[in-house]
Amino acid sequence: MDMKVNKKLGLKERYNLMTRDLAWTPTYQAVKDVFPYTEYEGIKIHDWDKFEDPFRMTMDAYWKYQAEKERKLYAIMDAFTQNNGHLGVSDARYINTLKLFLTGVSPLEYMAHRGFAHVGRQLAGAGPRVACLMQSLDEIRHAQTQIHSLSNYNKHYNGFNNWRHQHDRVWYLSVPKSFFDDAISAGPFEYMIAIGFAFEYVLTNLLFVPFISGAAYNGDMGAMAFGFSAQSDESRHMTLGLEIIKFILEQDPDNLPIVQRWIDKWFWRGYRVLTLVAMMMDYMLPKRVMSWKEAWEIYAEENGGALFADLARYGIKVPKGWAQACADKEHLSHQAWNVFYNYGAAAPFHTWAPSEKDMEWLSQKYPDTFDKYYRPLWEHYAAEQKEGKRFYNTTLPMLCQTCQIPMFFTEHGDPSKVAYRESTYHGMKYHTCSDGCKEIFDNEPEKYVQSWLPVHQIYQGNCFTPEANPGAPDFNPLAEVLKWYRMEMGRDNLDFEGSQDQKNFAAWRAQASGN
Amino acid sequence: MAVASVGKYEFAPKDTADKFPAPLLYIGWEDHLMLCAPFCVPLPPVMKFGDMVNGALPGMYGAHPDFAKIDWTKAEWSKSGQPWKPDFEKSLAENGLGHKDVIRFRTPGLTGIKGSFH
Amino acid sequence: MSNVFIAFQKNEDSRAIVEAICEDNPQASVNEQPAMVRVDVPGRMVIKRSSIEERLGRSFDLQEMQIHLITLTGHIDETDDEFVLEWRH
Repeated sequence: MDMKVNKKLGLKERYNLMTRDLAWTPTYQAVKDVFPYTEYEGIKIHDWDKFEDPFRMTMDAYWKYQAEKERKLYAIMDAFTQNNGHLGVSDARYINTLKLFLTGVSPLEYMAHRGFAHVGRQLAGAGPRVACLMQSLDEIRHAQTQIHSLSNYNKHYNGFNNWRHQHDRVWYLSVPKSFFDDAISAGPFEYMIAIGFAFEYVLTNLLFVPFISGAAYNGDMGAMAFGFSAQSDESRHMTLGLEIIKFILEQDPDNLPIVQRWIDKWFWRGYRVLTLVAMMMDYMLPKRVMSWKEAWEIYAEENGGALFADLARYGIKVPKGWAQACADKEHLSHQAWNVFYNYGAAAPFHTWAPSEKDMEWLSQKYPDTFDKYYRPLWEHYAAEQKEGKRFYNTTLPMLCQTCQIPMFFTEHGDPSKVAYRESTYHGMKYHTCSDGCKEIFDNEPEKYVQSWLPVHQIYQGNCFTPEANPGAPDFNPLAEVLKWYRMEMGRDNLDFEGSQDQKNFAAWRAQASGN
Repeated sequence: MAVASVGKYEFAPKDTADKFPAPLLYIGWEDHLMLCAPFCVPLPPVMKFGDMVNGALPGMYGAHPDFAKIDWTKAEWSKSGQPWKPDFEKSLAENGLGHKDVIRFRTPGLTGIKGSFH
Repeated sequence: MSNVFIAFQKNEDSRAIVEAICEDNPQASVNEQPAMVRVDVPGRMVIKRSSIEERLGRSFDLQEMQIHLITLTGHIDETDDEFVLEWRH
């Protein structure tokens, strides 16, 4: 007798059977009670089955490929550690980019894990729920792989050991932290547009490619390996973001204005967080990959351009701040690095003025702006430093109420003028750095009046350890804030020149190549 | 426009005046981007404006080579972006400055290091 | 017409994938960088399992591509035999 063998199901059918087809609509409780957050944002979904899962990995495939990635990654990390790979980086200045990454980015991976776990519970459609829960797993994987990978540097260099404590307290870290707090306190649909789409699709390449390529160019195999390993998960995340926005827009035309407002808000908020990447690329990498301007042109203008051309058929327009972000590519990195140079005493990583060679590169990459606006500044600083007068700004800056960054941004069209925007809410003034941040404030003032602005909190006396005594005659508030930050003065902060990191790296490298 | 929420969404603002030792003042020096952002300082409302200029500003701005060259009689001031003339003999409060006000000064002829606005 | 692109870590397996893409997408252009290789195609890119298997000399599940994948752009359609990236404007 012939055995009848049915044709094997295709990938899509197999995947559906193992995921969305396992779900059912609750009947013992009202759907509204089981999914209490699905309607309050005003988004209308009529048919969740229309969501198309772009990556169709059932659990067996997921574990198989994730396990393979982990094996490869940890093998590289072991080899890197065993080989004293840290001594193979181009220059010890490079290591400060990793401090920036660990303090600023790794905590966001953890929060993304929480955010996607929440949304994976709250969305009423089975398809997106599964994709969100896979992403939640991926994100905690990223947090852990980054901690593992960077722990190797922590053994040898300063500024790594209090990243978790510092993320909640240090002035520049309230920028990424508040970004994610804003997203996770929004509803599930806004969260998906904010993180899934705006951050993980539109802007992700601007965060990860510079850091990972920076690692590759500067001999950091450890970071490069975790970067690439994370990025392969990111492709799934990107496609979830793109698919969810398509799905929402196709469900009901009433969703369009809501989604557009979120795109405008989250493009701008994400772009502001990327300020840190711009300065990293242009000023902190000894061997530079490309300029921020070039990265913006490829990943935002070209790539983002293609994306928004694609979404135009739904009525989506390019985000409101787009033109300004494009114009600012000439200025952002230089202005941002000046902030960290100014406040170099207050960050747990080193800063420095660019060398003459660095400035040649900057001149070449920014022919219209570097020599005119920024070279004189760096030359001045270098001259001062030579005379033992390295400049540190000791007065606290004004911060933007929305993005929480010091108000260094200049007017669109006039890079000599700081941009000031002002709003009044319930009788009190609030200040923002740009039209984008002002609009975000004005649309949801109840949210942003709650901003925990580091400068204001310091003045309120909330940034001291319990042992601090503000009444004491020799009370030094800035020193006390650093104690509260768990930053060691003279070791974790200040200029790279003369730092322990610099001395150690040089000594160890000499040992590794001599007797 | 309100925040979309599932329940009541009302929270106290973090930065009411009572929480600070003195009202906050934001102050910026136009055309001098070396000091990367305007400053935020709590100043006693009874402080004379002139005492602020002569007493507090040097510590804040003195590192800039242009600062020593400032002719305060020629400085142009603004408050909330509008032209404003402070009375150096009156206090901050008498000059109409309150919590979270923003003032700027421009020093004609001084445009930063090598005219770069820094 | 805007490009779709896909980028892989550089290794022996991704070398076969990139070659397969170039064979099946005549307008493909390859961009090599340290540790990374990126392939751009105007409008639509199709990655065929059979082409990859031919070059690797072993069976290959398209999902295995994810081990090497760094980033991509475009709408995805994934089946057992083909992985397609495309823009629809």
